[in-house]
Amino acid sequence: MTRYILQRLALLPLLMMVYSFVIFAIMQAPPGDFLTAYVATLASSGSSLSAEQIAAMRAQYGLDQPFFVQYLLWLQHLVHGDFGLSLEYQRPNAELIGEVLGLTLALALFSFVLTWALAIPAGIYSATHPRSIGDHLLTVINYVGVATPNFMLALVLMWVAFAYFDISITGLFSEEYAQAPWSVGKFVDLLGHIWLPALVLGIAGTARLSRIMRANLLDELNKPYVVTARAKGMKEWRLVLRYPVRLAFNPLVSTIGWYLPLLFSGSLIVATVMNLPNIGPLLLRALVNQDMYLAGGILLIYSFLTIVGTLLSDVALALIDPRIRVDR
Amino acid sequence: MTAVAAGQEAEDRVAVASNWRLVWWRFRRHHLAMASAGLLILLYLVVLFPSFFSTQDPERTDARQAFIPVQSIHLLADGALSPWVPAIVGKRNPTTLRMEWTTDPKKRVPIRFFGAGPEWKLFGLVRTKLHLVVPADPTQRIFLLGSDRLGRDQWSRIMHGTQTSMTVGLVAVALSVILGVVLGGISGYVGGKTDQVIQRIIELLQSVPTIPIWLALSAALPRDWTPIQVFFAITVILSLVGWTTLGREVRGRFLALREEDFVLAARLAGCSRMRIILRHMVPTFVSHIIATSSLAIPVMIINETSLSFLGLGIRPPAISWGVLLQEAQNIQTLALAPWLLIPGLVVIVSVLAFNLVGDGLRDAADPYSH
Repeated sequence: MTRYILQRLALLPLLMMVYSFVIFAIMQAPPGDFLTAYVATLASSGSSLSAEQIAAMRAQYGLDQPFFVQYLLWLQHLVHGDFGLSLEYQRPNAELIGEVLGLTLALALFSFVLTWALAIPAGIYSATHPRSIGDHLLTVINYVGVATPNFMLALVLMWVAFAYFDISITGLFSEEYAQAPWSVGKFVDLLGHIWLPALVLGIAGTARLSRIMRANLLDELNKPYVVTARAKGMKEWRLVLRYPVRLAFNPLVSTIGWYLPLLFSGSLIVATVMNLPNIGPLLLRALVNQDMYLAGGILLIYSFLTIVGTLLSDVALALIDPRIRVDR
Repeated sequence: MTAVAAGQEAEDRVAVASNWRLVWWRFRRHHLAMASAGLLILLYLVVLFPSFFSTQDPERTDARQAFIPVQSIHLLADGALSPWVPAIVGKRNPTTLRMEWTTDPKKRVPIRFFGAGPEWKLFGLVRTKLHLVVPADPTQRIFLLGSDRLGRDQWSRIMHGTQTSMTVGLVAVALSVILGVVLGGISGYVGGKTDQVIQRIIELLQSVPTIPIWLALSAALPRDWTPIQVFFAITVILSLVGWTTLGREVRGRFLALREEDFVLAARLAGCSRMRIILRHMVPTFVSHIIATSSLAIPVMIINETSLSFLGLGIRPPAISWGVLLQEAQNIQTLALAPWLLIPGLVVIVSVLAFNLVGDGLRDAADPYSH
């Protein structure tokens, strides 16, 4: 087991190398660079830079170097934990990303927990009461949940809250806590705000998960061992929770592999719509303004989170299901 | 006696029915899937003739007719069949100085079905003026689903957006299927080093954080590209990741089929490699591919809508569902004009229809489903 994890961890730097190259290539792809965008912005506001100033800035940021030199320079800084300077904010990228990384992780993990806490009971209920009104209702909710883009759900909720209850549900903090340092009060305030975006983010996953749970459990409930246990007079709820649910659970764990990374990148859209202080809006802004080192840094973080998410889920699967453990 | 004979006859029909006929019989039993299939056919009719279904030019702006509410169609007037929509009356709000429109059911604007409206070209060739619904008086404008902040008719814009969004989904999935079948097929059939390389590429692509990378790729598209170029670039970007799942499945099937007797027989009979793949192996899992890809289309549609909504997908002046939803980004605007959310409803309904048809097809294509 330890060996398996170590093997996977050894592969991580190699993967990150491949990603860093691809990401750098994408960042370099648009015609022009940050300075062209910057000069255009300045021109539209009436001021301008002389050709010498532009050339000097280009040299200062290394934008005049050939592609591979720029890439190697970037990589060299990355290895030392230096994400470079944001061209737009004029602040270290590591600082900008660090400010929002915690909340990004918190939102994804909270959403993950919420998804499972809702989907498993719903799936169990549907499977133990097949074709009941509750089952049909859950099926309808599931289908609609999968079909709704999560930014759409966010929009509808924000609109209803604003138009009918006159409250704003954007952001993760109340006004008095938004700029305040961390305290117990701020944490409680966060808990009061985070569940709605987490729900919006997780609704499609919840729907999918509870459908898988229902199907798996329905298969298990018809097996002879359930009939035997029932014939022996075991209490129905105890029986269901003790054996079939545990067996139906295993295939679900394998879904973590794609689901956790999906939450990381999916939170981008919800965060943008609901105006959350998350890594998503930062990336969007960096991409639009061609703030390439900031965007590149954020994309690397996303890739890292995705790989780690996949690794975590593989380990969880190996822990839960002895058949998958690979000892070579 | 006759009942037994009829039963025997039915059994005979099943015995000689082709696989496709069996799939169709099973699919027909899913009523929801059948109804959804009908809806999808209607939507693809809109894709073919968006101008016929529009009531006016989707780009026609008029700032004096901004945020007009929904004018719903009424079929009966005073007990007789004479379709009309309520007229709109505007009043300027004395405090905000904004025009506020309401519908007045007492004043009626008569409309005609299959009437003459603005001219359009059928497939860019044949000129025609035929529209599904037009106001009886051609000088008047009707807004069946309201208008946006520039006074553009939302109904007509949704029709044209349907064309873009549904086509993106279809083309992206078609590309994924081609990539998936070809690369997955090669991987599974050839095996060895080729298989290893393709499998590593698939694993690499599958562990990419999709949405951020998509955004970065679309942001990298040159600003001066025409809408058609952007459209195809977005489609390719979407299908780049989409093919991996299918590629894996196809590879698995090929690995299993490679050892089957009928493949060996074909090889001994001297069939070329291509013929074995296309003529003998692929037909055994075509129905499965169709079911899988019909479930992939809605995912593509949602992705396109999300990208365009964030301003990094299809760009105006091209119209797609995501572009239309950009109008609904501002909550204050939305509170004034909630009908701007209707394109979202269209997205949900069509994705729902695709999912139901896909589920129905998957069950029908699976010979062991019952």
